Amino acid sequence: MARSFYPIENFAPAPQQVSLLPFRFTRFFGQELLVNEAGEFIFAPEGTAYSLLEGAVDVRSLLYKDLKAKHIVYDETSSALLDVLATKIRTKYDHLSGGTKLHIFVVTLRCEHSCHYCQVSRQTASKGEFDMSRETADRSISLMLDSPSPHVTLELQGGEPLLAFDMIQYIVPKAKEQARIRNKGLDIVVTTNLACATDEMLTYFRDEEVRISTSLDGPAFLHNKNRPRPGNDSYERAIDGIERGRAILGHSNVAALMTTTAASLDHVEEIIDEYVRRDFHTIFLRPISPYGFALKTKNRTGYEMERFLEFYKQGLAHILNINRSGYRLAEIYSQILLSKILTPQGTGYVDLQSPAGGAWNVLVYNYNGDVFASDESRMLAEMQDWTFRLGNVHKDNRRSLFTSEAALRMFEVSCNQSLAGCSDCAFQSYCGADPIYHHATQGDMYGHRPTSGFCTRNMEVIKHLFSFIQEDNPETMGIFWSWLTGRPLPQKGGTCD
Amino acid sequence: MRLTTAGSARNIEEAIVGRITTQNLPDATRGQYIRFFAEGEAPILDFAGYRAILSHADLATDYPVVDRLRESEHFRDGDVVVVERDGFVRSLYRSYERHHSLFVTERCSSNCLMCSQPPKDKDDVESLTKRNQELIRLMSPAPEYLTITGGEPTLLGDHLFELIDQLKTSLPNTELHMLTNGRTFAWPEYTRQFAAIEHPNLCLGVPLYSDCAGDHDYVVQAKGAFDQTVAGLHQAARNGIRVEVRVVLHRLTIPRLTRLVEYIYRNLSFVEHVALMGLEYVGYTPRNIAELWIDPFDYQAELERAVNYLVMRNMTVSIYNHQLCVLRQSLWPYAQKSISDWKNLYLTECEKCSALEDCGGLFKWAVKKHSEHIHPL
Ligand code: SF4
Ligand code: SF4
Repeated sequence: MARSFYPIENFAPAPQQVSLLPFRFTRFFGQELLVNEAGEFIFAPEGTAYSLLEGAVDVRSLLYKDLKAKHIVYDETSSALLDVLATKIRTKYDHLSGGTKLHIFVVTLRCEHSCHYCQVSRQTASKGEFDMSRETADRSISLMLDSPSPHVTLELQGGEPLLAFDMIQYIVPKAKEQARIRNKGLDIVVTTNLACATDEMLTYFRDEEVRISTSLDGPAFLHNKNRPRPGNDSYERAIDGIERGRAILGHSNVAALMTTTAASLDHVEEIIDEYVRRDFHTIFLRPISPYGFALKTKNRTGYEMERFLEFYKQGLAHILNINRSGYRLAEIYSQILLSKILTPQGTGYVDLQSPAGGAWNVLVYNYNGDVFASDESRMLAEMQDWTFRLGNVHKDNRRSLFTSEAALRMFEVSCNQSLAGCSDCAFQSYCGADPIYHHATQGDMYGHRPTSGFCTRNMEVIKHLFSFIQEDNPETMGIFWSWLTGRPLPQKGGTCD
Repeated sequence: MRLTTAGSARNIEEAIVGRITTQNLPDATRGQYIRFFAEGEAPILDFAGYRAILSHADLATDYPVVDRLRESEHFRDGDVVVVERDGFVRSLYRSYERHHSLFVTERCSSNCLMCSQPPKDKDDVESLTKRNQELIRLMSPAPEYLTITGGEPTLLGDHLFELIDQLKTSLPNTELHMLTNGRTFAWPEYTRQFAAIEHPNLCLGVPLYSDCAGDHDYVVQAKGAFDQTVAGLHQAARNGIRVEVRVVLHRLTIPRLTRLVEYIYRNLSFVEHVALMGLEYVGYTPRNIAELWIDPFDYQAELERAVNYLVMRNMTVSIYNHQLCVLRQSLWPYAQKSISDWKNLYLTECEKCSALEDCGGLFKWAVKKHSEHIHPL
């Protein structure tokens, strides 16, 4: 016997009671932007949040269906699917599972450069005094591998780590051997200005599968201005090192980062063009960090965050044009935020996390064995501010580092979910908390959002990216998605809508 | 290509499953076979050991037999058929095809408005299970692809676990697809048991018709189905079971199609494939056609937007049951020739078409209802 069919009213009755799920919202260029707990968002007419609170939203409207499908409201006519929402949130926080992944070893403080903004280096020191000892390296390796993470990254840093190449040659095989014994994955990166990189060193990195991260601040005049060294040839040496590094290690194993100084601010397009000329496909428009010597010498290198944001926006526009012309160039900070906004995944990026990445996702082992919650914490210590020193490799284990006074004080203010200003900010799920930054700039870990450079930067960058999303230009969105997925850039004219 | 024939049956107690042979096999090897005598062939009356006899000519015998067959040109040696008590002979497996199916029950917990195989509330589980167990034993060579279909396979209860276990043992390299409404998988214990079979090449094909519970429930005519299906997909993924989402495109699913794929991307990002399928004019569809019909030509913009949405996000997407002349050219790379050969057909226009080779054509039942925009390319 054939079965009967029933009308839609039997399956989708009008709900009597609309209930709210956690969401945050803000006015956004004539619309309202509502963001749920898992970072899913919806552009709605202004006043939507208010009418939800008043119970005045039309449950028969298409908007209501959208709000329901986006896990912003639910009602008694169907399950809220809280398990699904929980899974989405868990996916966003996946970087928390496993424990600290990035481990920075400061193998020496010595450096032959004398960059104005450098917080820590010692040009004059003789070998030995500011180098990591073998005992310290052994203990640091052991602590690194005590992290529950099945895969860790070891970053060799300085000063200029190549000045202590013998130490690198000690650490690399030792770390690999220990990782093998403990059955852990290990990546190794060396952060170097490449000025004194010999072919032998580069060959060693190739053979040991150590990747290179170097500095390139822009064209010669700017790079050399930012990075003084005897002979004033930092740029020439960096370019030469990049070319040789690529020839020996392979193109993709040499990455470059830039720092934006006051001198950079008027030259964003030249900086970007330099990256294209050097055949890089990523660039990170990074503000100078307000720590250590950089803070002291503010008048020489520092600037207001507003000025940096102009620099960033102008740079992003230029970068988009370059992509439109067919050359793939991703801006890393935008890419990280877009990934948080547009994809179900989280990111491992340490400086934009809640709980803050310090200690949870990065630990720094100084040349003398001191352990810090981040590279910035170490720079503060160079200025006699020991707030974020968690302990020392010779006295502490993972447990005592994580339960130290310093760690606990920091953890208390590590979640933007519970910070005034952030707790009801629409962008909370994309942003992070940064107690170290706020301590350094405001003398208070908790921080004051309205005057915080961290907040100013993130709020403005996130808004800027959302304005592209709101505009929904197929070509621009195609470029963004190509950054996120590695797919080819959209064809001229756009194929995405 | 036909799948059934009939004749007059005698001496058949219950349905017999066996392999067709046209050879006179040695006595000892006849055990799995059904001896078939083609049109014009004079039966040799040595029947001992065969499971049954099929013949065009009249045959007087005490062995299980269907004679005076109406049609039989479609039989090939090695085909597996089931011979019913009433003289129906249905082909279950034909070795030269790549796609095969295992029809496990006519029962279903949903009642979709456009179901191509309308459910029946009769208890066929025991008999079909027995038939399918024998069919799996006889499938040789092992099929490349096999689809478990119904009705709703999970209504088989433990019998489904037995079947999949048997498939895992006897056809381990066959890519197995199971079409299910996914609702049963909402029960964690069920899904754990299902996953514990650890079939190495199994993927569930699960339909989802809207990002809104009420709309989906209406299409499948079952209250609470959306919640169960979404929860079921999550349970499946959590237990390492691969899943594909299937969307049938019609007037009720097109309006929110982009939002549906958005929902899939954000909530079900683990699905390995999204299949967007044209409506089949068969089963329930003709009855509900007024509510369901939209000419595929008229939803190309929505389809293109949805496909691009998924492609940009690195999700794998395919379009099934669509003719190339109706699809926007940008969508051609995603169109699959998905209609199995016995179901497919081309129109007279198609004879002049330069895309005939690449086009999947139409379902044979689409002669009665298809896009107004079919034209040779
Ligand atoms: S720091 Fe600013 S932008 Fe970030 S979550 Fe807090 S209030 Fe929002
Ligand atoms: S005319 Fe026929 S063969 Fe050609 S594309 Fe259309 S349906 Fe396919």
